[in-house]
Amino acid sequence: MAEKYTPGTHPDLPPPKNLVGPAAWIRDNLFSGPVNSIMTVFCLYLLWVIVPPLVNWLFLNADWIGTSRDDCSKEGACWVFIDVWMRQLMYGRYPAEEIWRINLSYILVVLTALPLFFKAVPSKVKGALAGVLLIVYPIVFFYLYVGGSFGLEFVETPRWGGLFLTLVIAVTGIVASLPLGIVLALGRRSEMPVVKSLCVVFIEFWRGIPLITVLFMASVMFPLFVPEDLSPDKLVRALVGVALFSSAYMAEVIRGGLQAIPKGQYEAAAAMGLNYWKSMLLVILPQALKMVIPGIVNTFIGLFKDTTLVLIIGLFDLLGMAQAAATNTDWLGFTIEGYVFAAFGFFVFCFAMSRYSQRLERALDTGHK
Amino acid sequence: MSEQQKREMSDETVIRLVGMHKWYGDFHVLKDINLDVKRGERIVICGPSGSGKSTMIRCINRLEEHQQGQIIIEDTELTNDVKNIEEVRREVGMCFQHFNLFPHLTILDNLTLAPIWVRKMPKKEAEELAMHYLERVKIPEQADKYPGQLSGGQQQRVAIARSLCMKPNIMLFDEPTSALDPEMIAEVLDVMVTLAEEGMTMLCVTHEMGFARKVADRVIFMDGGEIIEENTPEPFFNNPQNERTQLFLSQILNH
Amino acid sequence: MSQAPHEMAQMPSKPPFWRDPDKRAMLFQALALGFVLYLGYSLVSNTMANLERQNIQTGFNFLSVSTGFSIAESIIFYDEDSSYLDAFFVGLGNTIYVSIIGIVLATVIGFLMGVARLSNNFLLSRLAAVYVDTLRNLPLLLQIFFWYFAVLRPLPKPRNAVEFGESIFLSNRGLVGPKPIWEDGAALIGWALVAAILAAIGIGRWAKQRQAATGQTFPIWRTALALVVLLPLAAAVITGFPVSLEVPELKGFNFRGGMTLTPEFAALVLALSTYTAAFIAEIVRSGIMAINKGQTEAAYALGLQPGITMRLVIIPQALRVIIPPLTSQYLNLTKNSSLAAAIAYPDLVAVFAGTALNQTGQAVEIMSMTLAVYLFLSLAISAFMNWYNARMALVER
Repeated sequence: MAEKYTPGTHPDLPPPKNLVGPAAWIRDNLFSGPVNSIMTVFCLYLLWVIVPPLVNWLFLNADWIGTSRDDCSKEGACWVFIDVWMRQLMYGRYPAEEIWRINLSYILVVLTALPLFFKAVPSKVKGALAGVLLIVYPIVFFYLYVGGSFGLEFVETPRWGGLFLTLVIAVTGIVASLPLGIVLALGRRSEMPVVKSLCVVFIEFWRGIPLITVLFMASVMFPLFVPEDLSPDKLVRALVGVALFSSAYMAEVIRGGLQAIPKGQYEAAAAMGLNYWKSMLLVILPQALKMVIPGIVNTFIGLFKDTTLVLIIGLFDLLGMAQAAATNTDWLGFTIEGYVFAAFGFFVFCFAMSRYSQRLERALDTGHK
Repeated sequence: MSEQQKREMSDETVIRLVGMHKWYGDFHVLKDINLDVKRGERIVICGPSGSGKSTMIRCINRLEEHQQGQIIIEDTELTNDVKNIEEVRREVGMCFQHFNLFPHLTILDNLTLAPIWVRKMPKKEAEELAMHYLERVKIPEQADKYPGQLSGGQQQRVAIARSLCMKPNIMLFDEPTSALDPEMIAEVLDVMVTLAEEGMTMLCVTHEMGFARKVADRVIFMDGGEIIEENTPEPFFNNPQNERTQLFLSQILNH
Repeated sequence: MSQAPHEMAQMPSKPPFWRDPDKRAMLFQALALGFVLYLGYSLVSNTMANLERQNIQTGFNFLSVSTGFSIAESIIFYDEDSSYLDAFFVGLGNTIYVSIIGIVLATVIGFLMGVARLSNNFLLSRLAAVYVDTLRNLPLLLQIFFWYFAVLRPLPKPRNAVEFGESIFLSNRGLVGPKPIWEDGAALIGWALVAAILAAIGIGRWAKQRQAATGQTFPIWRTALALVVLLPLAAAVITGFPVSLEVPELKGFNFRGGMTLTPEFAALVLALSTYTAAFIAEIVRSGIMAINKGQTEAAYALGLQPGITMRLVIIPQALRVIIPPLTSQYLNLTKNSSLAAAIAYPDLVAVFAGTALNQTGQAVEIMSMTLAVYLFLSLAISAFMNWYNARMALVER
């Protein structure tokens, strides 16, 4: 029998032993009923069948050190293959002596972007850094990568490849589609019928067609659209196609942000005497863009994955490079290692970005409204 | 059955909580709850937030599980036995703070859903039953509307009618007026008072002390997971014994 | 009636032309339209000039010319003499075929994974989470390559094919099996199936009416299943199983006859459906989680059992939230099927915007037709979604 306490003095007792602790947790979460128990057994069986052979192949029996395919036994993964091809997978056929230029650009970006993640940095500084990242760096890096001026050697774009090319395409796509997306989003919300219709048609057109047809159009039809003396480079054609394609999705993301801004903000800006463009630039867009950063990051993740399609038009991004390496006559038979490495690269980037975007979304959810 | 006969039946105990304890993980949320409720009794439960009062009544229809002690509803003990749980839920009705009407069904469909699928009533009979209770709560004209089209007070009255359609013997109310605008509280309390006068066994968690004074047979004060004090309304409000009860009453009766 | 002077003074004065917002709007739109038209004009004139310079034909006459190339698989008849228009339809047919099968599989797998993600079973929900997070963060093209090269290519040549029974063969040219050839009397089986479906619908109606009248329930789904299986089976027995099998035979380097499931088709369908299923799982999960817990509690408090609660309270509300993004995913799958070009599955893009375009050089006409197809599909699905949303919107004040 329980003791009787005077009302209000009952102490907090620990729960009965069979309710907490590891045994109880296992019982409740894994074996709480016949169906659940069967599920657990099935899952354990799946894990047993998949995980040990996978770990064996990936790590335990794999070959990590060597210089040629003879250093690879057949029992595990041949990471020697990746090791030997690492430079091409990262940079394509960019000349080895000039790779420092690419690395320099990476370091600059990381250094400039790092302060953006810290709360202590003042807003104005963050804005300036963002401006540098989005506007100054693209121009600087263009000259840095292409060369031919400032004493740098010229590197033609067919030599660009690997992870470097993936980043170039994805980042250019996003950066170029931001201003165009803003204009389209504003245009779609406009009350002027001509402007609105033009924007709607543009957006729905690019959102309705697959990216591969855009790339085909870019490589086959683009030369037809421009006067004869301009013969744009294959990469430039692809970049234009990707930028236009991405701007339609960006426009919809930004439009969502514009719609979420309460009407009172528009009214307050107008009441203060700001005209359309001033109120957009100073009041509405800063709020809208900040709110849709998770959406922009998600679009970037999608674009990052979509860059793999350029291998169909003959550009060698990370996946294309992995495939090319695997079909090299000296290194036949290591396709799986190539794909696993490419998958690892994509997964790390995309997963990190999606976790960041989710974290942002949670932070913005509690902050806004 | 007349009011008189119903009152005479009040020797029968319909709810018994014996030494009930509940934990959320390590947190001891209900401590040694002992409570007997007779048929036709009206009990009001009050207390500060976090005291466990909602948790306690939710244990009575097994929306929460207790880990120690017994809960016996009309001779059926509440355990993990699914059959017992279903039997209890048929006889016990509940009204929620946020109404929880089904927004994709009309008011009429909200009311007839359970009679048709649980009591296997023919549709016409269920609809007549539903209209009868809609008239009892004074909004028969809303039968074909959707919950989103009604005011808060109307939605709560519909929720009460929905529970009544299952002809429960016991009604539980979990802060039924806390989510309502002040001008709508009266219409809901009126319905609850009428229900009480007709002899329904009621357990009501509420802050509406006027309602408690008018209708309750007993008022229970809970704090920190325990029942601190219980008494009939007059001595409870005029002469609280425990200092925690005094503190609580002074806070809520002041405005 | 003349206007008094003070009345006239109260009419608002018209601002000068350049400050009137309406006039400015019209001017702006005229400029925008003019710019777009100019752009269009220069695009068109450049294109005409370049086409002429390269001696490329224009016009749609090429559609009736025969192509001279063959297509690996098709659901409608095609050979080298067929025209470019026929090739267009073959590609279109393959695209639709792959998309429909992909959509069905993706929906099934996606719903299962979404429900698994919500399960109380720790292992099951974590494994489902691993599935979703992995597949959503890898490029679809990579997944297609993985299925194609890593899983299917290493299969043996047809001469050394793996045998199942004596009529099913697995090799690097695909999975070949016997093809049923229907003979006389098989029509009865078809009619039996139709009759079974009609009967099931009729019984469903009758059972609903009976429940409304008397309250008794009837096992509609079990009865329907039994009908659909047993009636055609009975018809088959009566007519003496009028079906013969055309068994595939190894002739030369490949099998002839029978039905083939090619590695290209299998890889594409597997990749498309598992990838899209990962997104569908998240949609299903957030749809069900979006339903307020109070709905389940209210239903239980009324005595409704969990199965009925799911069916009548939770799922109808969850579907409202799920269906719009679900149709977006279906559209994505259809557009993604164009990646078939990477593994030489002959879909619309590969056959028409690929091979046919390379052969005729008539990029403008071919791309227009291809884009028109995808745009039509996108707009149709968007229209459906808008209609569905309008119809299903919860009625509120």
